[in-house]
Amino acid sequence: MSLKTILLLIPLLPLAAAAIAGLLRKQVGRAGSHWVAILGVGVSFLLSAWVLYQQIFLGMETQNITIYTWMISGGVHFEVGFLIDHLTTLMMTVVTFVSLMVHIYTIGYMATDPGYQRFFSYIALFTFSMLMLVMSNNFMQLFFGWEAVGLVSYLLIGFWFDRESAIYAGLKAFLVNRVGDFGFLLGIAAVLYSFGSLDYATVFAAAPGIAGKTVTLIPGMEWQWITVICICLFIGAMGKSAQAPLHVWLPDSMEGPTPISALIHAATMVTAGIFMVARMSPLFELSDAALSFVMLIGAVTALGMGLVGIVQNDIKRVIAYSTLSQLGYMTVALGVSAYSAAIFHLMTHAFFKALLFLGAGSVIIALHHQQDMRYMGGLRKQMPITWITAWVGTLALIGFPFMSGFYSKDSIIEAVAESSRWGSEVAYWSVLLGVLITSFYSFRLLYLTFHGQPRYRVDVGAGEHPPDGVVQHAPHESPWVVTVPLILLAIPSIVIGYLLIGPVLFEGWLSDAISVLPHNNVLEHAAENFHGPVAMAKHAIGTAPFWLMITGFVLATFIYQFRPALADFFKQKLPGIYRLLENKYYFDELYQKLFISRSVRIGRGLWKKVDAGVIDGGLVNGSARLMGNLAARIRVWQSGYLFHYAFAMIAGLIGILAIWVVL
Amino acid sequence: MNTTNMLLAAPEFWVLIMACVILIADLFIREERRGIIHMMAMITLVFAAIITVRGDYLSEGLRSATAFNGSFIRDPMGDVLKLFSFFILGIVYVYAKFYLRQFRMFRTDFYTLTLFALLGVMLLISANSLVTIYLGLELTSLSTYALVAFDRESKRGSEAAMKYFVLGSMASGMLLYGMSMIYGATGSMDLADISVAISNQDGDSMILVFGLVFLVVGLAFKLGVVPFHMWIPDVYEGAPAAVTLFISAIPKMAGFAMAYRLLYTGLGDLHTDWQQMLSILAVLSIVLGNLAAIAQTNIKRMLAYSTISHMGFILMGLLPGTADGFGASMYYVIVYSLMSAGAFGMIILLSARGVEAEQLDDFKGLNQRNGWYAAIMAMIMFSMAGVPVFVGFFAKWLVIKAALDAGLLWLAISAVIFSVVGAFYYLRVIKLMYFDEPLTESPIDAPVDFNAVISLNGLLMLGLGVFSGSLIAVCMSAFGA
Repeated sequence: MSLKTILLLIPLLPLAAAAIAGLLRKQVGRAGSHWVAILGVGVSFLLSAWVLYQQIFLGMETQNITIYTWMISGGVHFEVGFLIDHLTTLMMTVVTFVSLMVHIYTIGYMATDPGYQRFFSYIALFTFSMLMLVMSNNFMQLFFGWEAVGLVSYLLIGFWFDRESAIYAGLKAFLVNRVGDFGFLLGIAAVLYSFGSLDYATVFAAAPGIAGKTVTLIPGMEWQWITVICICLFIGAMGKSAQAPLHVWLPDSMEGPTPISALIHAATMVTAGIFMVARMSPLFELSDAALSFVMLIGAVTALGMGLVGIVQNDIKRVIAYSTLSQLGYMTVALGVSAYSAAIFHLMTHAFFKALLFLGAGSVIIALHHQQDMRYMGGLRKQMPITWITAWVGTLALIGFPFMSGFYSKDSIIEAVAESSRWGSEVAYWSVLLGVLITSFYSFRLLYLTFHGQPRYRVDVGAGEHPPDGVVQHAPHESPWVVTVPLILLAIPSIVIGYLLIGPVLFEGWLSDAISVLPHNNVLEHAAENFHGPVAMAKHAIGTAPFWLMITGFVLATFIYQFRPALADFFKQKLPGIYRLLENKYYFDELYQKLFISRSVRIGRGLWKKVDAGVIDGGLVNGSARLMGNLAARIRVWQSGYLFHYAFAMIAGLIGILAIWVVL
Repeated sequence: MNTTNMLLAAPEFWVLIMACVILIADLFIREERRGIIHMMAMITLVFAAIITVRGDYLSEGLRSATAFNGSFIRDPMGDVLKLFSFFILGIVYVYAKFYLRQFRMFRTDFYTLTLFALLGVMLLISANSLVTIYLGLELTSLSTYALVAFDRESKRGSEAAMKYFVLGSMASGMLLYGMSMIYGATGSMDLADISVAISNQDGDSMILVFGLVFLVVGLAFKLGVVPFHMWIPDVYEGAPAAVTLFISAIPKMAGFAMAYRLLYTGLGDLHTDWQQMLSILAVLSIVLGNLAAIAQTNIKRMLAYSTISHMGFILMGLLPGTADGFGASMYYVIVYSLMSAGAFGMIILLSARGVEAEQLDDFKGLNQRNGWYAAIMAMIMFSMAGVPVFVGFFAKWLVIKAALDAGLLWLAISAVIFSVVGAFYYLRVIKLMYFDEPLTESPIDAPVDFNAVISLNGLLMLGLGVFSGSLIAVCMSAFGA
C-alpha cells in the first residue's frame, strides 16, 4: 500500500464505519454497529500510530499531497489534500486514540439507549470530520472539517432530542459557533483576497510580503492588514474553542451524552481552534497586536471560567468550566508565541480531561443519571477503579509534579513569565492564580463525589423517576467496557508529559509546522534551563505554581473534608461574588437582552411582513399563479394534429428567414 | 486512402459488423434463449469502447486525424462522446431488457435497430463533410422511426412514428436544402474546405446566410428546440418506454456533435449570425419547455418538455464559440443523457406487467413502497432541477457561464429564472414520492442487473456532482481548453 492510500484510509475508514452503522442499521444490528465503528476507528488509530512511528524513528519527510482537485474557479484551486507533518500526526494519533477509547466506553454508557446505533454513527462521523480538519493542507478543507465537526457536535448535544434543554443547548452551540464562524470565514476570505490562494504552503510563503500593508477599516484608524486577518481567524477559534465571550455554549453542551462531552467538548473538537492558530503560526507571528489579543482573551478565560467552576454543583459542569479554563491556558500559550507549549498542553489535556469526563460518566451511570454532586459522596468504596483513575486525572489536571499536566502547564506559565508582549503581566497573574483555582475546584469535585459520607438514599421502591438524592439500586463499579478505557487513559495522563516534554517542547520536534520569530521565542530560555523532566519536577517544588497548587489542595481539603459548613458561610458572607459566579457573570442574560430578544423581534417582523406578505403572498404565490396560467395556455398549442406541427416548423423557418435574410 | 486511415473508423466498422452478425444470429437462436442477443449487444459496446480508447492517432501527437478523403474525422471530442454513447447505451440495454421482457416485446429488432442508430450517431459524431452528416443523420433517424413503432399493436405508437417520420422528413429536406446552398456558395462538401472558402470571401453573402438558416432549422429539429419541438412530446408519450429511453439519451449526443461540426468547424465565420439565431431558439426552448412541463400529468410528456428546456441549455453553451463553451455544452449533454436514462429507467421500473407507469400519480408514496428507489429518483430529480452538489447544477452553471462569456446577460438571467420555474415540476415528483400515500401497495421487484445499474445511475448524480472536477476536465480538454 502506498503512503497516499494509507493516509486516505485514515479518515475514510471512520467515514465508512459511520455510513454502515448509520444507514445499514437494520442489517448490521446493534453489536454490528459498534463493532464496525470500533474497527474503523481502531484501524485508523493504528495507521496514525504507524505514520507517527515512521516520522519519529525512520525520519519520514513532511508530506504535502494533493488528493483531488475538486474545482477550479477563477484561477483558485479548491482541493482535497493532506499536509502530514509532526503537528498533524500528533493530532491524528491523539484524536483517534481518545476516539477509540470513547467508542469502547460508549458500549457500556449507552447500553440501554434506543439511539445506540445513531450514536455510533455520529461519533465515527465526528472522527472523520476531525481528521479531515487536522490533516488538511488548505483553508477550504479546514473549513469543511471545521463545519463538519460543528454539525456533529450540534447533532450530539441535541442527541436526546425529546429533552427541551438538549434542543436549546444544541441550538445555542450552533448559533454561538455561527458568530465565530462568521469571523473565521471573513478571515479565510481575507486570506484568499490577499494571497489569491487557499493552499497553506503558498499562503505561508507569501505572508511576510504583506506584513507592512495597512488598511483603514474605521475612518481615522489604520490597521495592519495581517492583524485584521489574524483576528478574524482567531474569532473563529474563539467560537470553536469556547473562549470568552463566546464560551457560553460549552457548559450547556453538557446536555449531550457524557462520552461526547469527553470526546468532542473536552479532548478534541474544542481544541480545533488551538490547533488552527498553531497551524497558522506563520501568519500570527507577523502581528504582535493579534497575538496580544489572543493572549488576553485566553487569560480572561483561564481565570474567569475557573472561578465559575468553584460554585457549580453539576459534576459535568464543573469539568466543563475546567475545560474552558484549560483552553484559556492553551490560548495564552498561543498568545505568547509558545505554540508548541499550547499543542503540548492540548495533548496532555486531551488524555486527562477525557479521563475525568469518562470517570464522571461512570459515576453518573452508577447513580442512574444523577449529576448533582450534592447527592453524591463516599463512592470510593463502591467504585474503586473509577475513584483511582479520577485521582490520576485530578493530579494531572492540577499539575502535580511528574504528572502529564504538570509538564505542559508549567511550561506555559514559564513561557508567559518570559514573554515581553504587551499585557503579558496580566496574563501571567491570571495563569498563576488559575493554578490555585484549578486545584481548589478539582479537589472539591473529588471530595464531594468520592469521599465523605453518601448523601444519596437507596430506595428500591422509588419508581422510574425518583426524586433527587434517591436511587433505586446501590451504586456499583461500572462494567469493563467503561473501566478499561479509564485505565487506558490514565496511563498517558501519568506518563505522556514526562516522555514527550523534551522532544515536543525543546528539541524542535514541531518546528516543521510551527514558525516562531526569534524575538518571540519565549521557550528558548526555558530550553536552556531544561535538564530533563526529573530535574524540572524537582526544580518546580520551590516555585510559586507548586505552592499555589498545594494551597488549593489544603483549602479544599479543609473545607470539604473537615469543615463543610465553611462553604455555606462564605456563600452567605460574600453574596455578591457568589451570585456573580453562580450566574456566570450574567453573560447569558446579557446576550438574551442585547441580541437574542432583539433578533427574535426583527425576525418576527421580517417573517410576518416581508416573508409572509411580500415574498409568499406576492412573489411566490403570484408568480406560481402566473406560471400556472401560462402553462395551461401553452399546453393547448400541442394539439396533436400533424399539420399544426408542420405549420409551426414552417412558421419558425419563415420567422428566422425573415429576421436574417430580409432585414 | 491507405489502411491506417481506414483504421480510424475501426469502432464504426466493429459496430456495423456486429449489428449484421446479430441480425443473422437471430435466425439461429430460439426465442427463449434470446438473452444471448442481449449479451452480444453488450459485448459489442464493450469492445467498441476498447477499440475507441486505443485510438492510436493520438500517440502520434496529433489532435485529430481524418480518413476517407477528409469526410471522416477522429478527435478527442468524438472519442469522448462515443465512449459515453457506448456507456449510456449499455445502461439503456439493461433497462430495456427488463421492460421488453415484461411487455412481451423482447425481440432482436430492438437490438439491431438501436445498434444501427448507434452507428448513425457515431458517424454523425465523426462527420467531417456535409455528406457524412446527412448519412449519419438519416441512419439514426430511420432507425428511430422504426423503433417508435416497435410495439406493432399500439395505435399511439404508430401514430407517433408517423408524425415523427413526416416531420423528420421535412426537417431532412430543409437540411439538405441548406446544404445545397452552402455547397453552391463554397463549392465544397468538406467542412474544412467550406471554412476556408468562406473566410476567403469578402462580406456576408446572402446565399450563405440563407443556407445557414436552413441548416439551423434542421439542427433544431434534430435537437428538438422550440419551435421545432412539436414531435418530442408525442413521440416520447407514444413510443414504448424503452424506446423513449433510447431516443432521449443517445441521439442528443450526436445532435450536439453535429451542431459543433456544422456551425463551428464549417461555418465558424458566420459566428455572429448563428449565435443570434441559437440564442433566440435557446431562450424559447428554456421558457416554453419549463412552462409546458408544469401543466403535464403524464411523466413521459413532462420529461419530454424537460428535454426541450435542457436542449435550450445545451445551445447556450455553443453561443460564445469558444473551447470553454463547447466543453460546457458537451458536459451538459453527457450529464443530461445520464439523467434522462435514469429517469426513464425509473419509469420502466415502476411499470407493472403490461401497464406503463406513465402518470405522475404512479410515483405517489414511492418512499413507502421502497425507500432506496425513491432516493434514486430524488437524486435524479434534484440533479435535473440543478440543485447544487448534484451534477446537474454544475452542468447548468457552466453553460450559464458560457452565455455570460458571450455577453448575453439577458439570456443568462432568463435561464436562471426559468430553472427556478422548472424546479417546481421536478420537486413535485419528490413531493409525490415522499409526502403522498401510495395508490398501490404492490411490491416493486427488478432483476439484479437492473437494480445494480439504476443504483449506479442514481449515485452517479451525486458522485459526479461531489467530484465534478474530472468529468469537466475531460470535456474541456476535448476542445483543448
